Amino acid sequence: MILAGSWIHLPTSQREPELTVQTDQTGKKLGMWLFLYTEIILFGALFVLYAVYFARYTQDFIAGAKELDRVFGVINTIILLVSSFFVAASITAVRKDHKKIALAGLGGALGCGGIFLVNKYFEWGHKIALGIYPGAEKLVDGPAGQNLFFGLYYVITGLHGLHIVIGMTLLSVSLVLVQKQKITSKNDALLDNCGLYWHLVDLVWIFIFPLFYLVV
Amino acid sequence: MEVVKSFFETPEPARFTGIWSWLFTLDHKRIGLMYLYAIMFWFLVAVLLGGILRLELMFPGETVLSADLYNSAFTLHGVIMIFLFIIPALPAVFGNFFLPIHIGTDDVYFPKLNLLSWYLYMAGGVVAIFSLFSDGFADTGWTFYVPFSISTNTNVSTAVFAAFILGFSSMLTGLNFITTVHKMRDKAMGWLQIPLFTWSLYATAWVQLLATPVVTITLVLVMMERFFNVGLFDPARGGDPILYQHLFWMYSHPAVYIMILPGMGVISEIIPVFARKSIFGYKAIVASSLAIAIAGSLVWAHHMYTSGMSDTAVFVFSLLTFVVAIPSAIKVFSWVATLYKGAIQMTPPLFLSLCFIYLFSVGGLTGLVLGAAGANIHVHDTHFVVAHFHFTMFGGTGFAFFAALHYWWPKMFGRMYDFTKAYIAAILVTGGFMFHYVPMFILGLQGMPRRYYDYLPQYAGGNFFAGFGALFMILGIGLMMANLFASLRKKRDMESNPWGGVTLEWTIPSPPPLHNFVQKPKIMVYPYDFSGIVDTPANKSEGA
Repeated sequence: MILAGSWIHLPTSQREPELTVQTDQTGKKLGMWLFLYTEIILFGALFVLYAVYFARYTQDFIAGAKELDRVFGVINTIILLVSSFFVAASITAVRKDHKKIALAGLGGALGCGGIFLVNKYFEWGHKIALGIYPGAEKLVDGPAGQNLFFGLYYVITGLHGLHIVIGMTLLSVSLVLVQKQKITSKNDALLDNCGLYWHLVDLVWIFIFPLFYLVV
Repeated sequence: MEVVKSFFETPEPARFTGIWSWLFTLDHKRIGLMYLYAIMFWFLVAVLLGGILRLELMFPGETVLSADLYNSAFTLHGVIMIFLFIIPALPAVFGNFFLPIHIGTDDVYFPKLNLLSWYLYMAGGVVAIFSLFSDGFADTGWTFYVPFSISTNTNVSTAVFAAFILGFSSMLTGLNFITTVHKMRDKAMGWLQIPLFTWSLYATAWVQLLATPVVTITLVLVMMERFFNVGLFDPARGGDPILYQHLFWMYSHPAVYIMILPGMGVISEIIPVFARKSIFGYKAIVASSLAIAIAGSLVWAHHMYTSGMSDTAVFVFSLLTFVVAIPSAIKVFSWVATLYKGAIQMTPPLFLSLCFIYLFSVGGLTGLVLGAAGANIHVHDTHFVVAHFHFTMFGGTGFAFFAALHYWWPKMFGRMYDFTKAYIAAILVTGGFMFHYVPMFILGLQGMPRRYYDYLPQYAGGNFFAGFGALFMILGIGLMMANLFASLRKKRDMESNPWGGVTLEWTIPSPPPLHNFVQKPKIMVYPYDFSGIVDTPANKSEGA
């Protein structure tokens, strides 16, 4: 785990016990925020591609968006928003030392993540069955803009899906550590950071959703 | 001085011994040295590759390399030098070793993340080697331009994947350094009391953090195109290859500042110590580091004047390119002004720093020739670019790396190298360097393109001389390394402050103990106050 407690090495002058905990937390948070910037830029570069191609092939993009199933998109958006609530609730619960509520929150968030991925599986599966996937004849021979739209659709939602999987792994680790009392109100930086990561994944989706499903 | 065990004798964590005490170490100094050995290895490999390339070019026609092999060899030379040597050289080796000491603390904030970065670096190197033995190394040049990088049959995916992993290593090191500077700095050290090398690392770390993700995703897209044929950069299917170039240079131009900023930091440390004089314009140097980090992120498209992008873009990027020259010039003037009326003591690190100033200035000024949109059309993609790039990156960062090695060697290993051999090596490298790259400027102006294994007969003379220069340069590098490593056979008896430096690393034993500071460090009001330095051991022994 990147940000687990034992990672920290405090200078000799700061080793007094009352200082240790607090310094730990702020530094780990800073590190996590820096990492989140890099994630934003990672997706940002893809959004730049989207912006350029959208400007060039606006009509094709609108036509492409009509082929996506908005119901799936809306359901997945709601699911992710709910999952973020679960994560936030579990962090508050840990701070108040309500272990059971924290575990329930994390379990709920993991469940939401799972449903999101299942939905994604059916959505992609349906598109692939229709012959819409990178390199498919329908796209290669069809309008250039639609090829780009669906190309970006697969790349961006694929990368986002990968982030969901990573986020779920982090939440699972947190769940085990909460269960083992390794994450408590005195030592909650790891959970905090996993929560931040999950919120970022959620936030990225909030941008992906309108760009692909609502540009009609 | 009381006898303290150095970090060589005290593993961290203490339960590991032998090789494991290195492979699992959390000590920033050991990690720095592990980077040093790996980086030196790659550097020498890439130097030899470069030598073979110049050997091929010494005589017209095919001599030692076929055209295909030449393409792979210059790609490999570029990929190793950029991703495995210049980007990590100064931050990963000297940054790791000295940043925590400079700010009066005993390690970086995330020691395990630091070790992970080293493993990622090694993994990137292993992947690069692996790609050599399957389908041949990429022949695209280190820039992996589409559409060729997508259509060529060589193993681009593996080479790109290696760069991808190395990007993570660099990014995590940056993240670690920023957090360390913010959270671990001695309470008594304000922002304007931080040594300039650490300041430059801090500015670099931001660029690493903000620019690297762009290349990460760009490289992922190249892999996607190769595996899934998405067509995002394929003009036949609506894609735009110029967008690839934008995304690539959006990282890779800031990356040259990732390479040079720490080098400038090293020079800012060395010059005042051997001029026995406070650095001229401390605040201006700090501000110019940050200005370079910011302005340098806005000039990427000056690599693309001939790509067919709009004239407005060419104009804007040309203007911004001229702007970014200003902070670099501020630094050069500050170093020269520091030397003015100083009590100069000549030593190998200072000698190499002076070579740096000269070579880097030439590199910087020829950069303006390339930055001017009109002149650029004439010299675009010629050997002029090769010469300019090597003057800034090798004459700049490379020489800063040599200077840093000679400056901090006694601190890191507790032993001093032979001065005479160090001077001879430095003169050989610098002389060979001039002989090697100056002809390339001329060849470029005459119109010799880069990246071909052969050339027209009128370019034979310049290429022949350049090859000779390369030979002297490689001999010099060999002698320099041999001289440094030969010192390791000596007894470890170096005092804590052989040069008369005033930053915190010179207040602690050489080599430093595990936790760096035996007593609580005393932070000076101003980090370059030499009023307390009267005479130094190096002064006495060398009789300078």
